[in-house]
Amino acid sequence: MRLRALATIGVTVLLATTACSVSTKNDSGPDDTTSAPVPSGSTASAAPKIKDVVLVTHDSWSLPKKLVAQWEQQTGYHLVVRSNGDAGKLTNKLVLTQGNPDGDVSFGVDNTFATRALKANVFAPYTPASVPTGVSGYDVEGDGGQHLTPIDHSDVCVNVDTTWFAAHHLTPPTTLDDLTKPAYKNLFVTPGASTSSPGMAFLLATIAAYGDGWQSYWSKLMANGAEITDGWDQAYEVEFTQGGGKGKRPIVLSYDSDPAYTVKGGTTSTQALLDTCFTEVEYAGVLTGAKNVPGAKAFVEWLLSPQVQAALPRSMYVFPVVPGTPLPADWTRFAKQPTNPLTVSPAEIDANREKWLQQWSDVTSR
Amino acid sequence: MERRHLPLGGRLRGPVTLLALAAVPVAVLAVFFVLPVVGMVGRGFRPEGHWDVGGVLDVLARPQVHRVLWFTVWTSTAATAVTLVLGLPAAYVLHRLTVPLRRVVRAALLVPFVLPTVVVGVAFRQLFTGPLAWLHVDGTPWAILAGLVFFNAAVVVRAVGAAWESLDPRPGEAAAALGASPGTVFRTVTLPALRPAIVGAGSVVFLFCATSFGVVLTLGGLRYASVETEIYLLTTNLLDLQGAAALSLLQLLVVVALLLIGARSRPMRTSTQRAPARPRRPRRGDLPQLAVTVLLLAFVALPLATLLIGSLQVDGHWSLANYRALDSTGSHQALLEPATTALNLSLRIAVDATLLALTLGLLVALSVTRRARTRGERRLRGILDALFMLPLGVSAVTLGFGFLVTLDRPPLDLRDSPWLVPIAQALVALPLVVRTLVPALLGIDDRQRQAAASLGAGPWRAVLVVDVPVLWRPLLASAGFAFAASLGEFGATSFLARDENATLPVVIYRLLGHPGAMNYGMALAASCVLAATTAVVMLVVERLRVPSLGVL
Repeated sequence: MRLRALATIGVTVLLATTACSVSTKNDSGPDDTTSAPVPSGSTASAAPKIKDVVLVTHDSWSLPKKLVAQWEQQTGYHLVVRSNGDAGKLTNKLVLTQGNPDGDVSFGVDNTFATRALKANVFAPYTPASVPTGVSGYDVEGDGGQHLTPIDHSDVCVNVDTTWFAAHHLTPPTTLDDLTKPAYKNLFVTPGASTSSPGMAFLLATIAAYGDGWQSYWSKLMANGAEITDGWDQAYEVEFTQGGGKGKRPIVLSYDSDPAYTVKGGTTSTQALLDTCFTEVEYAGVLTGAKNVPGAKAFVEWLLSPQVQAALPRSMYVFPVVPGTPLPADWTRFAKQPTNPLTVSPAEIDANREKWLQQWSDVTSR
Repeated sequence: MERRHLPLGGRLRGPVTLLALAAVPVAVLAVFFVLPVVGMVGRGFRPEGHWDVGGVLDVLARPQVHRVLWFTVWTSTAATAVTLVLGLPAAYVLHRLTVPLRRVVRAALLVPFVLPTVVVGVAFRQLFTGPLAWLHVDGTPWAILAGLVFFNAAVVVRAVGAAWESLDPRPGEAAAALGASPGTVFRTVTLPALRPAIVGAGSVVFLFCATSFGVVLTLGGLRYASVETEIYLLTTNLLDLQGAAALSLLQLLVVVALLLIGARSRPMRTSTQRAPARPRRPRRGDLPQLAVTVLLLAFVALPLATLLIGSLQVDGHWSLANYRALDSTGSHQALLEPATTALNLSLRIAVDATLLALTLGLLVALSVTRRARTRGERRLRGILDALFMLPLGVSAVTLGFGFLVTLDRPPLDLRDSPWLVPIAQALVALPLVVRTLVPALLGIDDRQRQAAASLGAGPWRAVLVVDVPVLWRPLLASAGFAFAASLGEFGATSFLARDENATLPVVIYRLLGHPGAMNYGMALAASCVLAATTAVVMLVVERLRVPSLGVL
């Protein structure tokens, strides 16, 4: 009884002292820098500078804290990050909040979703003053860099665990066709196209490679025991032999930069199959209806700066778009890029996405 | 004196009082639930700014919609049935028998309730492809069923167990003395008395199953689609708002139908029983129940053990490195803030959400248990009661996107409010609180209040001397429930949490999405910390437990 009374008092005190913790945190929190008051209806240049730049992005967003702090110090802005979901969820969120966005600038809409965002007028016209040469090659077809600025690119490729194949005295596959051969039965795992953006990229790679015959390729792939998971994490971490969960499948759909992450003792234990790659480009742009347009523009410009471009590989596992940006040592050695990746135009993707996904579901459901 | 006080006491019961008491919770529900959901569904009905009801109805004719509806109904029904079959004997054993460690076991059973489905999915898959591969259930609907039962067993054990504990043993004893066999006693005396609790728990479990998202995706390996996963796909990938709106409406219809069934079997008034049964020693006749309980515990413990073992291993060796890494941001900067910061924040948000849920829940419970004098009043009370169950039955995607598109301009410009996360979590916890408090309040004989009034107590004093002493323990117990629900909430939180203030489940999800063995290990370790925190909170609540607690 006494114990109970004590526990009750304890709980009551705890509740009382921590009550309204969110609001107290907000009052004293160091990272809560509210924006300076903006006079209503005033768009004149005399308006006080808004401090917060609000970035709407996806879950994979990451840059070194130091770098962000440097930018904040140089410009006087404060970066607020709102990240949620993958590129698809991000794009749809932007489309749904079009005109009254939940931020000023967005990073992470990729070439598979770019057309949807552009059609919905999510992005305001903006091209950074000085775009380094070579970057415009990654522009969205038809936009020409007027709304969306390319920031990084990466290739989704089939990866193999070379140590596993060596130990089993088996030649690793090299092409998409190989994956349907009996020698590789039950060895391949990929995230699904309907729930994962790399999964979607792989579906697009097969569509680019086989044209109208892609469905029969997928039936062969499924008949050869391919495993489909909902997310990349499941495929890589649980099913793949080199993942954290020590899975049972030595062939996985992942990125061309992966071999740089499986380096141990000077050699890598995985290899990307460069004939199976689909290129994903990620874009940044100023949002229509942004409250802090100058801040948003400064942010896009900063993403193209040499420091950020050089930090991209380590932070987000992607290649910088600016040619000549120095890569980390293990990247230059182990992260081989495809010379001739498979491609499907953004407009075609946008027009057929639903149909393709439906057909894909039909082929892959048993 | 008497003449002055009696009408006052009466005034607390009128329909006006009912509305006044319920006004705050109804307003909160209207702004943070009805408005966002209506806003989001409304977009599906008005794709280009014009009403297009036909378009939504067309969706209902799609074969895919029939498939997902059928799949959802049959898996949820089967999972509810299995959960009840396994949960009822366990409820009996853990609440009516003196088995060792029953407090600890009861607290531990609630752990699955807060674990992120992603993590549990991973643990289950490791089991089904590893030690349990001989069952051949990986990627089949059976795996999904197993996952659903794992998550919901606690609901049945707690709700039915609590009702069983407070069941007057005397009618059963009388039947036995008159020659009824134990089976007959159970069938004719115990079961009818427990029926409200069983139906209540069953309908909550059904709602949880029908709206479960991670379990279906992770364990079904994408081959199966439920209404919830289909809404997610249509909304976040295809932007087919018409389709999503149609499915959301279907979901609501199912929920409302279920609530109607549940309300019919719930008694309007039960009397608090004055002779609580003391738990007794197990006898030989209890062996089947004990066996089922052991089975259920093993089933719940296996994935948890897999998780724990995984979190304690680094490169195949035993190590605490994953736990030590929790105050870092993970390898390759997977996180913006260390996981410990997220835990701290999760706990603070859970406190806020719990206080909110308790305050609102108490108001709702008080208003729906006031004695109704007219039929209209009774009906109004029933509607109010059901209204607060709705958040359990609606897709988190619909609600999450709804927040973004409806709470975006003054006077309701709340998208960036730090209160949004606790409020969303409180709404999810609210049904659990209401379902715990209502039976306790119903157990108070109204004549006690009348007696207090006739002895000169004003209406508030009557509440203080009659209601409060009965209520404070169920209040604390439901606080624990709400706390756990808030700690584990992922669906709506992931939409609203900002990077600087991500909760622990959001952080676990992020860690799993970044390559690197250390991030994976940290995700497992963080899940174990979340599980342990919940278990401790539940143990404290167990200490404060009332014997007569709760019909869910």
